[in-house]
Amino acid sequence: MAALCVLRAALCRAAPWGRRAASGGSVPQRIEEKRRAALLGGGQSRIDAQHRRGKLTARERILLLLDPDSFDEYDMFVEHRCSDFGMDSSKNKDFTVFGGSLSGAHAQKICKVMDQAAMVGAPVIGLNDSGGARIQEGVESLAGYADIFLRNVLCSGLVPQISLIMGPCAGGAVYSPALTDFTFMVKDTSYLFITGPDVVKSVTNEDVTQEQLGGAKTHTAVSGVAHRAFENDIDALLNLREFFNYLPLSNRDPAPVCECHDPSDRLVPELDTIVPMESTKAYDMLDIIRSIVDEREFFEIMPSYARNIVVGFARMNGRTVGIVGNQPKVASGCLDINSSVKGARFVRFCDAFNIPLITFVDVPGFLPGTAQEYGGIIRHGAKLLFAFAEATVPKITVITRKAYGGAYDVMSSKHLRGDANYAWPTAEVAVMGAKGAVQIIFRGKETDAEAEYVDKFANPFPAAMRGFVDDIIQPSTTRMRICHDLDVLASKSQANPWKKHANIPL
Amino acid sequence: MAAVLVLRYGARGGRRALRETFEKLLIANRGEIACRVIKTCKKMGIKTVAIHSDVDANAVHVKMADEAVCVGPAPTSKSYLNMDAIMEVIKKTRAQAVHPGYGFLSENKEFARRLAAEGVTFIGPDTHAIQAMGDKIESKLLAKNAKVNTIPGFDGVVKDADEAVRIAREIGYPVMIKASAGGGGKGMRIAWDDEETREGFRFSSQEAASSFGDDRLLIEKFIDNPRHIEIQVLADKHGNALWLNERECSIQRRNQKVVEEAPSTFLDSETRRAMGEQAVALAKAVKYSSAGTVEFLVDSSKNFYFLEMNTRLQVEHPVTECITGLDLVQEMIRVAKGYPLRHKQADIPINGWAVECRVYAEDPYKSFGLPSIGKLSQYQEPLHVPSVRVDSGIEQGSDISIYYDPMISKLITYGSNRAEALRRMEEALDNYVIRGVTHNISLLREVIIHPRFVQGDISTKFLPEVYPDGFKGHQLTDHERRELLATAASLYVAEQLRSQRFLGTPRIPIAKSKRSSWELSVHLGDGIYPVAVSKDGSSFSVEVDGMKLNVTSEWNLALPLLSVTIDGTQRTVQRLSRDASGKTSIQFLGTVYKLQVLTKAAAELSKYMPEKAAEDTSSILRSPMPGAVVAVSVKPGDMVSEGQEICVIEAMKMQNSMIAAKTGKVKAVHCKAGDTVGEGDLLVELE
Repeated sequence: MAALCVLRAALCRAAPWGRRAASGGSVPQRIEEKRRAALLGGGQSRIDAQHRRGKLTARERILLLLDPDSFDEYDMFVEHRCSDFGMDSSKNKDFTVFGGSLSGAHAQKICKVMDQAAMVGAPVIGLNDSGGARIQEGVESLAGYADIFLRNVLCSGLVPQISLIMGPCAGGAVYSPALTDFTFMVKDTSYLFITGPDVVKSVTNEDVTQEQLGGAKTHTAVSGVAHRAFENDIDALLNLREFFNYLPLSNRDPAPVCECHDPSDRLVPELDTIVPMESTKAYDMLDIIRSIVDEREFFEIMPSYARNIVVGFARMNGRTVGIVGNQPKVASGCLDINSSVKGARFVRFCDAFNIPLITFVDVPGFLPGTAQEYGGIIRHGAKLLFAFAEATVPKITVITRKAYGGAYDVMSSKHLRGDANYAWPTAEVAVMGAKGAVQIIFRGKETDAEAEYVDKFANPFPAAMRGFVDDIIQPSTTRMRICHDLDVLASKSQANPWKKHANIPL
Repeated sequence: MAAVLVLRYGARGGRRALRETFEKLLIANRGEIACRVIKTCKKMGIKTVAIHSDVDANAVHVKMADEAVCVGPAPTSKSYLNMDAIMEVIKKTRAQAVHPGYGFLSENKEFARRLAAEGVTFIGPDTHAIQAMGDKIESKLLAKNAKVNTIPGFDGVVKDADEAVRIAREIGYPVMIKASAGGGGKGMRIAWDDEETREGFRFSSQEAASSFGDDRLLIEKFIDNPRHIEIQVLADKHGNALWLNERECSIQRRNQKVVEEAPSTFLDSETRRAMGEQAVALAKAVKYSSAGTVEFLVDSSKNFYFLEMNTRLQVEHPVTECITGLDLVQEMIRVAKGYPLRHKQADIPINGWAVECRVYAEDPYKSFGLPSIGKLSQYQEPLHVPSVRVDSGIEQGSDISIYYDPMISKLITYGSNRAEALRRMEEALDNYVIRGVTHNISLLREVIIHPRFVQGDISTKFLPEVYPDGFKGHQLTDHERRELLATAASLYVAEQLRSQRFLGTPRIPIAKSKRSSWELSVHLGDGIYPVAVSKDGSSFSVEVDGMKLNVTSEWNLALPLLSVTIDGTQRTVQRLSRDASGKTSIQFLGTVYKLQVLTKAAAELSKYMPEKAAEDTSSILRSPMPGAVVAVSVKPGDMVSEGQEICVIEAMKMQNSMIAAKTGKVKAVHCKAGDTVGEGDLLVELE
């Protein structure tokens, strides 16, 4: 891990209960004994139990997450009222010690690490595997949670915060991941819920398993609480390493630029024919994204949730970019409640951390219907609008086909301060599709105005004539254009009016 | 390169000899053969008209032609076989001639007749020859009369075993005996002597009576270990005909040719001449004009027997062009225009050796090739390898669809001798980039390096004989495995090193030490191999199985082709995929290997990871959204291939194509056109 290898990271780990210092012996002897005891965490039998559950211990997880020899553990000797110290940034609850339940001492260690991370500008990674508050410690442990929540909030937008859920994470503990920027889960061995199946049964009389209630599938596909799920601990940690390299260390850094072997002026000839000629036919927006970005590598965020919008990270000429695209393959790429919220949160993350936004537009509009209206599509759709309008990072937009109605405005349009807005020759920027428009304009009357409408509006000219798109470009040149624009826009400086904070329609 | 070869070998005489030609020619075909014909037309200064179906609107042949007209929707019966629509286009564009390519309408006498009625020239033989050769019985009769060797045999009621023996002796052993009514090889017995003939007679006549209620028996010369060798002929309308040597097409699967070459390793000049002369005799007997092919079966003692005559340009014609220097399409056009042949038999050389591989979008691990479909996300032909010709009609971004033949291209290499041609073929196959669809490069490469093939010891049974349990890809030797492991490990390290090189604003620079060695563990197949890599300047020193290998490369991780030198041996490998968890697939020696590269620490901890049963969702298809079913393209019992469209759901005025996640048989269909379905509704089940 490029960043963490140059950071010293601290492990937060409570020393074992009942293994208080053996009395007597020389000081060096006592140091050795304590170190040995600490390395065993909850003892070999508990380590074995963790392994039997298909999980790794905190120490093993750290070993995989970080580059070898880059981790200095501090305060192995701290016992219950402990405080732990390090320059960064990997907070971790060790399940072999008390089921990773949170003690006051534990919380204090986490807070110290987070304070340090905020100060130096280093990302915070939490590996969560915790039973919740340590009931034995009562209110002290609740206070501990609140201390962590506060720091999550204060760090938000300052340094990237990533939570990896690697075991049960229940009760108060869930709000820390919820406050971080990204939550990843391990399939089959991790759960996130406010209250477990037993309490659910006693309160609402629902029968539900842990997996159904708060497993990786539930949160990545249904609730949208988690952003990605991985096969097992190793897979998750290795993916986290990869993901980390897309991010700047803090909001003070620009988007990172990696060594790139993929030529920035590479033409992508297949894009010239990728949009089907019939406007009712779908295509895969991921094909477009993969063919444009460096080496076809795209780290998708929330791939199983609200699939009608695609968001994720990629690189263009080595520089990290955030990509947002309507997905015509799923529900025609329309905007609905879930896709608006998914898109909005992603856009705000990119804006907070100086990551340029590239938006691919093929949107037939907002999804109509009572379910959507009752659910508050107006309020939720406004989030995406708000996020794009507020963003001051470089914004490049490519309209591949439909850009209809209000959804056109929302999708990083010129009017929302888009820096470079392009249309492909297949673009149709209009209030709505020809058929619907003609039905409304000539209500009830027989007319053949549809062809006229198509001729007038179902093309990129009206928008281009008004300067709402900056250019109509040959699709094969899209990568070249975007890479060039990103170079020019690297020094973009734009600020919103001073305010305490804006009031996004939550 | 294709054009270059054709120009080099085909321009002789060129336009000088051809004072007047057609002004405009329509190609009633698609894909590579349409492109092939257009190339020659361009060379001859003939304007071209392409026809296409709606899904082919952006196809390469459409872009290459001077004019293109859509003749209907995707199914061939409604487009490329739609004679009415094609006749209409011919009238509208005023094309004076039609080249039919191969397949589609190329051997359709009705099409030839309609063209003739409109005064449009058909680039091919006249209707009479098409008809005569299109009929199995008539063509055999014609061949017999023209003194062409045919497979001797008897078809009728055999009184008793003695008569069977008499017939068998007349034909000459070995003979094949079976019930006439039994199709294919069913109930077939081979007899090598009188005794076996009697036994075969008993068995077959019983079966004939009991199974088919038809007493007739077929006793025919059994061609043992047959080769499929064909003679290219070229004839004009003035009674001249030439034979342009042979093509060896024995490497076949399910009666489809896979690898072809010219000349054949098997024929001596005497046999070649005998076959050529018989082929010409047959052509003359049917007053053949244009290019045609006479197919023979050749047994192990070089006896040859007429099989059939194809009255069109063959798929594998390029190998003949390479060794003779003729442009067959150009000759066909000249002949059709009425010019006499401009060569004498003595002018037809065998210059060097040419090999053709048919590159298909298919999975060679299933019955030597089941079609696969998809979009060519990356595509690059190996034209930088010397003496390579690629005849193709697709490009990066093209779709290989279920509607048409899944052939991607014909890859032809040429050399002064067979070894050179094969060596170039090996290099060309390694340098061919095809991504997005499954392809048969692995099978092709294995065939051309197989010792039996290299020695010329082949027959039409080559594939099932060499791979009795099916094709399973290249089998690595210990040394090759070490090379692959070293390559994968080096790629992993190169990627790791690159991911730490940030440009511009650096990451916080407190690295404790610069890393120069890695202890890795590589999974390949069922094995786990410890691999140690240490960086040694620009190359890697890799230790596998206690052996040290030196691996050098430019390590450009974006290029689809990666040239790696391992202890002095240059290999062209392709890294098809990689992911964060170390999984990677690498095409090495033509075969794609799946590997996982982990650090030693991660590999050791892997043992604690739970084994997960793969959830099989590929056999059920659920509606991903609410909508209306517009069309269902399968019914229970149908075979579908992976990626094939099963039904179309319309939602928000958009048509969404639902595709099969695997190849299999349809078990049940739970929807019909017009149904409204909700999200998650079961649509179709596969077995």
